[in-house]
Amino acid sequence: MAKVIIDTANHIAAYAAKAARVQVVAAYPITPQTTVVEKIAEFVESGEMDADYIRVESEHSAMAACVGAEAAGVRAFTATSAHGLALMHEVLHWAAGSRLPIVMAVINRAMGAPWSIWPDYSDSLSQRDTGWLQFYCADNQEVFDTIIQAYKICEDKRVLLPAMVCSEGFILSHTAMPVKIPDQEEIDDFLPPYEPGWVLDVDNPFSHAPLVSPEWYMEFRYMIQQAMENSKKIIEEVDKEYGERFGFRHGGLVDRYRCEDAELVLVTMGTMGAEAKISVDNLRQEGYKVGLARVRAFRPFPKEVFRELAETARMFTAIDRHVSFGFEGFLFSEIKASLYPRQITADPPLISGFLAGIGGRDVTFRDIEKIAKKSWNWMEKGKIEKEIVWWKLRD
Amino acid sequence: MVKLEVKIPQKREDLPITPLSVPMIGSMGKTGEWRTFKPVIDYSKCTRCLFCWIFCPEGCIERQEDDSPKIDYEYCKGCGICANECPAKAITMKREEED
Repeated sequence: MAKVIIDTANHIAAYAAKAARVQVVAAYPITPQTTVVEKIAEFVESGEMDADYIRVESEHSAMAACVGAEAAGVRAFTATSAHGLALMHEVLHWAAGSRLPIVMAVINRAMGAPWSIWPDYSDSLSQRDTGWLQFYCADNQEVFDTIIQAYKICEDKRVLLPAMVCSEGFILSHTAMPVKIPDQEEIDDFLPPYEPGWVLDVDNPFSHAPLVSPEWYMEFRYMIQQAMENSKKIIEEVDKEYGERFGFRHGGLVDRYRCEDAELVLVTMGTMGAEAKISVDNLRQEGYKVGLARVRAFRPFPKEVFRELAETARMFTAIDRHVSFGFEGFLFSEIKASLYPRQITADPPLISGFLAGIGGRDVTFRDIEKIAKKSWNWMEKGKIEKEIVWWKLRD
Repeated sequence: MVKLEVKIPQKREDLPITPLSVPMIGSMGKTGEWRTFKPVIDYSKCTRCLFCWIFCPEGCIERQEDDSPKIDYEYCKGCGICANECPAKAITMKREEED
């Protein structure tokens, strides 16, 4: 029987790892680690979860242990946050380059300096080009469902890449919400045991990811790009199948909310996306034709979805919880880059960029309504008055 | 599971999803060509202790029937570790052109 539990996103991520029948968990248990791995340690200790739990000496080693475990043919999991993720950086490339479908929960927290323990996406978005799929969640149910889905997506032979399932620190990590946990048998049926493409074997020795000369290196990079492109279809398929089986659909690549006739489409990720739905409903009542595109998969980036939305939308407004120093917000950049081939041929929508919620500054539905109204005003004038707005920046 | 066979790729379709390498001699070519200094064993001083055989990081020293070491010059890179470790000082490093 499916059951509903009320718990934080940290604990829910642990429940998801258990439900996915993860066989190896490697974790560094000290700050900035979260209670994700603490809960898993409880599960393993009590015998509720049949996994090897490896306590390592750093996040770099945690990811290295996950690489080793997956290369030996088992399903591996870890969790980290902020500076821990930064320390893993090198091995993230090794995991993706070796085509190992590791799934990792990332609890988003702002990077220091200055020191912060509050959320933004500066940790995971700094890992954009490592070859990992990146999913961003809006609530605890989505954290659970996305971790289960991520294994299915990543282990697909057309993908074979690792994934981060991201949720914002405090806003989700420390907030208890009701989450429906499906029956284990049903999850097992949806997510069968991991069948690796190759396995390290002492009786049949070989090494993986050895030195590759310029003659062939580029081809291996091309195959990762192909796998990323393939994953777009699979993300949609898995979302659909999961929805049919368990009743929850989160939107696949992009959670589109009231976009059908929207003139202005707000674009954001994570919990700001959940908040923005309230804003969209309120604005609709006031007569504004506003919709929301909540990006769930930042990598692969769903450029096709934005090209489709651009067929009807007159304007996009990106609300980013992270800035790429020296340029702008990530979603703002990606939307513009996605639409450029269209812009040179057709009537281009306007695009504005707002930076909000950086370092955990609260962004409420009222803020998003104000952002939307400001953008609407520019849309009516046909002119973006300020290219990048730092929302609620103090004078 | 993939069946491992040693195949030299001709086109992209021949490649495995991730590069895998099986143990074989000289997959990176004849690394002996990299050498500047060449270890030369003076067998009159050699005591057959096999330190050189143990310490050679490239597995380029062969242990012969009588326990005397033999250097494989096709792959020896000339690192000099064997000469450094030899307790009998039976190995000297000589510049390649000196031969």
